[in-house]
Amino acid sequence: MKERELVIVGGGPAAMAAAISAHERGVRDILLLERDQFLGGILNQCIHTGFGLNYFKELLSGPEYAHRFIEKIKGIKDIEISLQSFVTHLNSDKELIYLRPGEMKEVRARAIIMATGCRERTREMIHVAGTRPAGIFSAGLAQKLINSEGLLPGQEIVVVGSGDIGLIMARRFTLEGAKVKAVIEIQKETKGLVRNVVQCLNDFNIPLYLSHKISRIYGKDRVEKVDVIAVDDNFNEVDNSKFEIECDTVLISAGLIPENELIEMAQVKMDKRTNTPISEKTNKTSIEGLFVCGNAFKIYDLVDSVTRDSIAAGEMAAEYLGYKK
Amino acid sequence: MTNKNYDIIIIGGGVVGCSIARELSKYDLKIALLEKEVELAFGVSKSNSGIIHPGTQAKSDSLKGRLCVEGNKLIRKIAKELGIDFQEVGELIVAFSEKDIAKLKAIKAEAQKLGVENMRIVGRRWLKVNEPNLSKDVVAALFIPSAGIISPYRMTYDLSENAAKNGVEIFTNNEVNDIVFKKKNSFEIKTAKRVFKTRYVVNAAGLFADKISGMVGINDFKITPRKGQEFLLDKKRENVVNHIIFPLPTKTSKGVLVIKTSDGNPMVGPTARDVDDKEDLSTTDDGLKEVLSSVKQMVPSINESDIIAYFSGLRPVAGDDFIIRHESSVPGFVNVAGIQSPGLTAAPAIAKMVCSVLQNNGLTLLRKKDFKRYRAQTAHLFKISKAKAKKLIKEHEGYGDIVCRCEMVSRKEIEEAIDRGATTLDGIKFRTRAQAGRCHGGFCTTRILKILSEKLNVPITSVTKRGKGSLIVKGKRA
Ligand SMILES: Cc1cc2nc3c(=O)[nH]c(=O)nc-3n(C[C@H](O)[C@H](O)[C@H](O)COP(=O)(O)OP(=O)(O)OC[C@H]3O[C@@H](n4cnc5c(N)ncnc54)[C@H](O)[C@@H]3O)c2cc1C
Repeated sequence: MKERELVIVGGGPAAMAAAISAHERGVRDILLLERDQFLGGILNQCIHTGFGLNYFKELLSGPEYAHRFIEKIKGIKDIEISLQSFVTHLNSDKELIYLRPGEMKEVRARAIIMATGCRERTREMIHVAGTRPAGIFSAGLAQKLINSEGLLPGQEIVVVGSGDIGLIMARRFTLEGAKVKAVIEIQKETKGLVRNVVQCLNDFNIPLYLSHKISRIYGKDRVEKVDVIAVDDNFNEVDNSKFEIECDTVLISAGLIPENELIEMAQVKMDKRTNTPISEKTNKTSIEGLFVCGNAFKIYDLVDSVTRDSIAAGEMAAEYLGYKK
Repeated sequence: MTNKNYDIIIIGGGVVGCSIARELSKYDLKIALLEKEVELAFGVSKSNSGIIHPGTQAKSDSLKGRLCVEGNKLIRKIAKELGIDFQEVGELIVAFSEKDIAKLKAIKAEAQKLGVENMRIVGRRWLKVNEPNLSKDVVAALFIPSAGIISPYRMTYDLSENAAKNGVEIFTNNEVNDIVFKKKNSFEIKTAKRVFKTRYVVNAAGLFADKISGMVGINDFKITPRKGQEFLLDKKRENVVNHIIFPLPTKTSKGVLVIKTSDGNPMVGPTARDVDDKEDLSTTDDGLKEVLSSVKQMVPSINESDIIAYFSGLRPVAGDDFIIRHESSVPGFVNVAGIQSPGLTAAPAIAKMVCSVLQNNGLTLLRKKDFKRYRAQTAHLFKISKAKAKKLIKEHEGYGDIVCRCEMVSRKEIEEAIDRGATTLDGIKFRTRAQAGRCHGGFCTTRILKILSEKLNVPITSVTKRGKGSLIVKGKRA
C-alpha cells in the first residue's frame, strides 16, 4: 500500500485552505481527493455574492471565492489533486480506499484532514406528513438545478425553513420568474443572516411566517398544495390556525448536517446528535493525526470562517507531522 | 392495432403478475403482460414490508396460509436462479406476560398444521443473548427460523426480466380500459394504444382487480384498500434487531413490527387501516405516533430521530382470503384478486396454482426445451469482496464512478438499471438504491437526471419521478 504524508479528503474551500497552509508549513507530500470533477465544492453553485468580506475584504460570488484558492493550489506542485476520487473506506490506522473511474486505490497516510462538508436535512428528517410527489427539493438541490444546470424546478414555491440557503433560493426563484408564496419557519426567529432576510425576502415582498410549520404535503404526481399551521412556544400546533397554500414545489431548507460517515467508520468518537467528532479543540478528533475541518467539523455561517479554521487545521497537521513553526 | 393472437394475457405487473409470467414462460405459450404504470412494480409491490412470511399469520384451512408456506419454500429456489438477495433471518413473536405464552403456543400449533417447521418457544435467557435490544418486559417469544427478507421490487424486476428473456412480451404504459368477452377462450383487451387478442386472461391487477373483473361482468367482490404506513431507520441502526420482531397479532393485523430489510435499513410498521381511496399513499402524524409507541414497547432504543424515510402501501383486501379461480361463466378468465399480505411470499405458489387452474380449464402446458432458468446477477460493489470489486472496476470503469454517495451506487449500476428497463427516478431508486439514503437524492438527483436523459435520449425536462404528471423540473431557466 502506498504511503503518503498527508491526505486531504474534500476539494471545497476547507480542503483547499488546509492543503495550502500545510504546504506553507513545510509538508511536501500532499494528496487531495475530491469526488467531483471540479474543485470548489458547494461554492460552485453559490453564484450570489456575500463571500470573502472578512478574508479578502471584498464582496465575491461563491465561484469567485473558490477560484482564488483553485488558482493558488494548482500552482503548488507538491499538492497532488486527484479529482473524481471517491473515498469509500477509512480506518483508525489512517488507511483509505478510494475509487476512480477504472480503478480502486489504497493509501496509508501519516496524517489526514477530512474536509467533507455537509448535507442538507431532508423532508423526511423533519417528518412532514402527506404524499411523496415530485416537486419536493432540498434547497441546495434546487440551487444546483437552477444555477449549474439551467433548469427551473418549479413555478409556485413554498420554502420550508429560513436558513440562508432557503432565503437565497427564495430570491433566486423570484428572479427567475417563479412565484415564491411563503417562507415557513418553525422557530420564533429566522435562522438566516439579517442581511439575507432583508435582501432576499423583504425586497421582494415574500411573506415569512415565523412560528409556523408545514404539516402536510398534498399531490399525487406533483406537489399540489401544503397545509401550514401555527405553533406555540413548545412547538405544539395552535388550534384553528391551519391554512393551505397552493404550490407545485416545496423547498426544504431546514439546516445542515456535517458529513462524517467516514470518520465514524474509523471509530472516531462522535457526538451522535450533531454528527460531529467529540473534540476539545477545533479540528481535532479522538484519533491522533486525524483532523476534521470546515462544515464537516461544525456548521459555519460564513466561508471566511471556514477558511480561517481550515488554515489552522493545515497547521495542526503539519505540526503533528513534525514541522515546526 | 394488431391481429396477433396471444394464448395468455396477464393484467398487472406487480410481483403476482410477474411471478405468473415467469412460471408460464416455462411453457410453449404466447404470453403478454400489460401494466398501466410506466414501469413494473409501481403498485402494491413497491411498498410493503418485504417479509417472506413463514406461515404463522393465517388459519390452517385458508388458501393464503397454504400458499404462504408453499411460497416460502419456493422462493429460495427462485432467489438462487435469479440471483435475488434472500436472507433467512427468522422471526420472533414476543409475549409480555406468562398468559400470552399460551397464545404463542396456539400460533405454533396452528402453523404446524400448515407444515411450518422448527418453531420453538424461547425464554428470557435466549432472548438476552440473541436479541439484546429487546425490552426486558418481553418474557418469551415464538422463534420461527424460516422467516426471511427480500427486496420486493427487485424480486419483481428480476422475475419480469427472466420472463421477458423467455419470451413474455411486456407492455408498460398500457392501462386496460376494456375487455370484450367474445366467446369461450376469445377475448379482446383494449388499452389506449392497442387491442390485444387472447385465449386466456389472468387478472392480477392488485388494487384494481375488482374493476378488471367487472369488465367481464364478474362483480361479486370488491377490493378495499387497507393502508399500511412504514418508517425506515438509518442504516446506522442496521443491527438494532437480529430477527424480525412481531407482537402478538390482533384481529385485523399482524401488529406493528420491527423489520429487517435486505437493503440494511431496519423498518418499523406497518399500520393497518381501511381507506376509501385506492391512490391515497399519504403518511400521517398519527401513523408515525402509533408505530413508534408500539415498537418502543418491544425495542425501547428505537427513536423518532432514527427515521430517514417513510411511505404507505395499500393492501388489496377482498374479504379474509385470496380469490384465485377460473370464472366458469366467462371461460378463459382467471381472477387472482384480494392478494393482500402475505402476497409477496405467496406469489411463487400463486403462480403455480394459476398454471394448474389454466391447465384444468383447457390450456395445454408443454415445457420449453430452451427455458432459461438463470439470470445473471447484477453486481453491487459493496456487497462483494474487495478483490472482486477491484477487478470489476478495472473491467468497467463506470463502477469506479460513484454517483450516489450515501448508498455508494456507481454510474455503471445506474446505466445498467436503465438498460434493464428503468425510465424514471423511482425506477432507478428501486433497482439500485441511488437516492434512497440519508440525503434523499440531494446530491445525486442532478447526475441521475443527466444519465437518464442521455441514455434514453430525452430532454431532462421530460424526466419524471414515476411517470405521468410527476415531472421533476418545470422547464428550462428563462
Ligand atoms: C404495507 C404493506 C406491507 C406488506 N407486507 C408484506 C410482507 O411483508 N410480506 C408479504 O408477503 N406481503 C406483504 N404485503 C402484501 C404484498 O405487498 C402484496 O400482496 C403484493 O405486493 C401484491 O402484488 P400484486 O402483484 O397482486 O399487486 P400490485 O403490485 O399492485 O400489482 C398490480 C399491478 O396491476 C396494475 N394494474 C392495475 N390496473 C390495471 C389496468 N387496468 N391495466 C393494466 N395494469 C393495471 C397496477 O398498476 C399494478 O402494477 C404487504 C402489503 C402492504 C400494503
